[in-house]
Amino acid sequence: MGTPSATVPAAPDVRRGRRRPGEAAIKVLLAVAAVVSIATTTGIIASLAVPTVEFFEEVSIGEFLTSAKWTPLFADKNYGILPLLIATLIVTAISVVIAIPIGLGSALYLSEYASARMRKLLKPILEILAGIPTVVYGFFALLFLNPILRSLWPGGEKPDFQNMLIAGIVMGIMVVPTVASLAEDAMSAVPGALREGAYALSSTKMQVATRVVFPAALSGIVAAVVLGVSRALGETMIATIAGGLRVADIVVNPTQMASTMTAYIAGAGQGDLPVDSLEYLTIFAVGSTLFVFTFILNAISIRLVRKFREVYE
Amino acid sequence: MTTVNTVIPAGKTVSLARRRRRPGEVAFKLALQLCLVIALAFLVGLISYAVFKGWNRLDARLWNNMPTGIVSRADRAGVQSAIFGTLWVMALVALICLPIGILSAIYLEEYADNTRWYNRILELNIQNLAGVPSIIFGILGLGMIARVIGLGFGVITGAIVLALLVLPTVIIASREALRAVPGSIRQASYALGATKWQTTWRQVLPAATPGIATGAILSLSRAIGEAAPLILLGAVTYIRFNPDGLTSRYTTLPIQIYNLLKEPQAEFQELAAAAIVLLLVILLAMNSIAIIVRNRFHKKW
Repeated sequence: MGTPSATVPAAPDVRRGRRRPGEAAIKVLLAVAAVVSIATTTGIIASLAVPTVEFFEEVSIGEFLTSAKWTPLFADKNYGILPLLIATLIVTAISVVIAIPIGLGSALYLSEYASARMRKLLKPILEILAGIPTVVYGFFALLFLNPILRSLWPGGEKPDFQNMLIAGIVMGIMVVPTVASLAEDAMSAVPGALREGAYALSSTKMQVATRVVFPAALSGIVAAVVLGVSRALGETMIATIAGGLRVADIVVNPTQMASTMTAYIAGAGQGDLPVDSLEYLTIFAVGSTLFVFTFILNAISIRLVRKFREVYE
Repeated sequence: MTTVNTVIPAGKTVSLARRRRRPGEVAFKLALQLCLVIALAFLVGLISYAVFKGWNRLDARLWNNMPTGIVSRADRAGVQSAIFGTLWVMALVALICLPIGILSAIYLEEYADNTRWYNRILELNIQNLAGVPSIIFGILGLGMIARVIGLGFGVITGAIVLALLVLPTVIIASREALRAVPGSIRQASYALGATKWQTTWRQVLPAATPGIATGAILSLSRAIGEAAPLILLGAVTYIRFNPDGLTSRYTTLPIQIYNLLKEPQAEFQELAAAAIVLLLVILLAMNSIAIIVRNRFHKKW
């Protein structure tokens, strides 16, 4: 290919492409489309930040972070995020306790034990589970699972008709496909040579799974769990339908109803709150808090995924 | 390996052919299987409960009648406006999201030089956006699109918000489909004198279409199942008419289900269950199409 211009002096330089305005225009159009996602992020940050700043002009950050009451819609107004934050953490913790064993167990089975045919049969189950709308999970939790939980409850005081426990359990199942699919990716990416080496040293299947594959895939597994936590934190409909909308004081008993941050936003956002009232601004202040939490978790997860991809791919 | 024991006189043999029993191993495998069984049982339980609970309401009333919150009319209530609203939203989301998503994917996969900082930021931004909770997109719609831009609380605002919500999914799926097209196809096209865009438009994009279509259908099905952002966008009322324009008031199936679940009466709960069955049927149909497209048109290179 080289340099034909050297032998034929008059020939145009082949190495430099002809200018094609159409091609250049197309590239610009494509780049504009790609910028929409940047604009979305900018829009999200702007629509959260501006009202949040207005909110903090009225309410001190100290009160927001330390007051133990959240009663912006009551006559006696208090603006402490703690009741919402603690409810969110309780529901998320319950869902993580459910999702980690089931999600990682499923992933380990699919990656290490299932035959190719089994995998082809079982993976769609997780995909369907991931495709079910969260209102449907909420419906199932509220009308089917919670009555069962109440009737089986051993103690004297039964769980409320809406409560954090049932919301957390169902949210855990909802998160299972997220955790399982990312964790399975990480486990499948572990090279076969590591497994064969362990088998050659007379390891059993379980030893290979737990002592070779699991540690080797750890960064991906942690990423899966972190992403699962982020999903649970941001889940709205299950928290609203099954967990309830009660806000005011800190509730630590998971069998009682309490509003998570997402449920508060959904609850306050349905009403016709007057724009620029302090009540309306609370939606954005709580939204910013939620955004910061999920943003940090997502960033950790993205970094960890990149790490395991770098190691084995 | 299996015939080692024939050399040793019978009676004293340790059969190597038969594995040693390891109860721990068996228990571990069963525990792992149990994890999948729980997920499966949940899925089966959820679907059968919805069908069972909604059985009496799975008739023409569901799609012929309009929603109502009035208890005495509960047996005549349906969800027609929600079905039409869902169809409107689905069509608009497809119109907005698919061109932007697919063009973005082409840019990132075919054109962008990913050593440049701005392209890397673009990529990171999409990954991050995929993890933003859906209710936050509702806040974007409420604060920015409905109020600041001034589109109001019509079906177009809801559709834009849902389109932006599933945009990262469309981009990521389309990029995977484009990446699966082997470089040799591109090289061959260039060798015949095609330009970059001719190569992309006539060779790469057609080859990637099944993958892109699968991703697009799955993203649309996620959009129509989503309720949280629309709660903030004025869809939570009993709308007794079908949308008739871009700024028309609307409601969708998931929102109507949520609405009905707020009512304590059993009639409304049954109607909610029937609406859930309808929504699941629509989603199942879309997913089946996606699977058929993937299996039938998928090319192994």
